[in-house]
Amino acid sequence: MSLFLALTLAAAASAPDYGNTQLADPRAEAQARALMGELRCVVCQGQSIADSDADMAADMRALVRQRIAKGESPAAIRHWLIERYGDYVSYDPPLSGATALLWATPILLLGVGAWIARSSFRKGR
Amino acid sequence: MKRWLIWVPLAAFAILFVVVASGLMRPSDTTVHSTLVDKPLPDFRLDPMVPGKPGLASGDFGKGRPRLLNVFASWCIPCIAEAPQLMALKAKGVEIDAIAIHDKGPAIADFLRRNGDPYTAIGDDARSRVQLSLGSSGVPETFLIDGRGRIVRQYIGDIRADQVDQIVRDVEAAR
Repeated sequence: MSLFLALTLAAAASAPDYGNTQLADPRAEAQARALMGELRCVVCQGQSIADSDADMAADMRALVRQRIAKGESPAAIRHWLIERYGDYVSYDPPLSGATALLWATPILLLGVGAWIARSSFRKGR
Repeated sequence: MKRWLIWVPLAAFAILFVVVASGLMRPSDTTVHSTLVDKPLPDFRLDPMVPGKPGLASGDFGKGRPRLLNVFASWCIPCIAEAPQLMALKAKGVEIDAIAIHDKGPAIADFLRRNGDPYTAIGDDARSRVQLSLGSSGVPETFLIDGRGRIVRQYIGDIRADQVDQIVRDVEAAR
């Protein structure tokens, strides 16, 4: 516990960073927050960078906030990261050969359901 | 009702069984590979980390000779394990530069005093900015940059003794 306190104090004492500091403009901060929730922390793979306490996640949050503050669009920032880490880094998978099934399955299942419903209604008549 | 329909649930189960079994059999690989391999090194410029040793910029690469770019930190235990292999690579004529992540000058100087110093230049990447621009996700990682300034290979994790000869061959092939 004391070690944790010391670490938090050390982090607070260093220069203010956007990893753990909100942007002054609430609209920009909301944009940054939304994007941070959809980016994967690359060292703690099950978490988004908004949820993770890892140093690297803080660095990624800082990157997102700095770029949003400079006026870059969330889509451009996401694209920049995908260029480096692959689709893996985004929690919003694009439609591709590998993810086609993921997108098509709900529609497919709905179709199967309609077909089953139709044939069983017909039987009842 | 068509007769073949009776086999559909069994077929579905068989498919599911194969998917689950192959997933169990295959060892899980959770390493994050940079997708910048085979692409040009991104632009960057970093301040020096220790006195008497230059900082690092992307312009230092691609001058006709391949170089290794090691991503490390003084607080990283596998980096200590990797140090002898980097010294061996340097002894074989491989040029190595580094970026230090989340680190301080005195800590790096101490690290180099203890574990040897194979580096030509060390850049101070306190906020992982360059590390993120490289698609690197941890320490240590090592990138091989060819003579034209392209990233040709990424070695994830500490370099082991049995990798040294292969890396020397990779460096020669990257001329």
